[in-house]
Amino acid sequence: MTNLFGVVMLSGIYSLVTALVFVNLDAVDVAFTEAAVGAGLSTVLMLGTLVLTGKEEIKTTRKPWLPLIVCVATGVVLIYGTLDMPKYGDPNAPVHQHVAPRYIDDSEGEVGVPNIVTSVLASYRGFDTLGETTVVFTALIGVLILLTGLRKRDKNELTLEELEEQRKREKEL
Amino acid sequence: MEALDFISPGLYNYWIVIFLMMAGFYIVIARGNLVKKLVGLNIFQTSVFLLYISMGKVQDATAPILGEGFDTFSNPLPHVLILTAIVVGIATTALGLSLVVRIREAYGTIEDKDLLELEDETS
Repeated sequence: MTNLFGVVMLSGIYSLVTALVFVNLDAVDVAFTEAAVGAGLSTVLMLGTLVLTGKEEIKTTRKPWLPLIVCVATGVVLIYGTLDMPKYGDPNAPVHQHVAPRYIDDSEGEVGVPNIVTSVLASYRGFDTLGETTVVFTALIGVLILLTGLRKRDKNELTLEELEEQRKREKEL
Repeated sequence: MEALDFISPGLYNYWIVIFLMMAGFYIVIARGNLVKKLVGLNIFQTSVFLLYISMGKVQDATAPILGEGFDTFSNPLPHVLILTAIVVGIATTALGLSLVVRIREAYGTIEDKDLLELEDETS
């Protein structure tokens, strides 16, 4: 598909479907975050980018074989790796043995919020959330640095082509 | 029976995850358009989310919200980790997209082949 608008729309739909899968896997909080952020916000951001960069992709003439072989090989190795993994839905899997029982049994007494995910997010692993905020803040600073003065630069600075022309003219002189 | 054990249905969730992961990986390395590469990266990211969430699922359990009449819950810890990861993911996607906009502004194209040619010409 060379129309990037279609690509972005499909990726939004994909996000929404993933959110539905998350609901089925009991992760309701994750599902609505994915629906809001993945399907909503990231689609909007990508559409904004398309407005600034153009929405047609140039057809790639590259041979797809090498990447395909790399992907299939990596996939086979990863599938080999899953053979030792615990079975889907197994209550005795190692993931469920360590801290999760404490959260499930004690969080109501210790934090007092019925939603365990909320109490873990805000209380037990509060520092994680602090770190997350730091990352988002840093990313915001990065975006602002990259994008401020977009219009101003357009008017004042020479583009790459103009610079080249200038260089050529200097050589001729 | 031993030899056929590996097709048991208990591992399908991982295989779906690996399929999605490789699909995203393929888009990232095979496609030249930078926006498309970022879409591929998003698919890759979602596959990791799915890996975590499906590991946290417990058979016959409910969402981890305490209430009358429920006693088995899915593991809340992966949910919390992935909530954080989704938000961080959108932050990095936003940064990547603004880099794309900046590249387009500086070079006039977002196809990596054209970008490499421009680099060769200017150097």
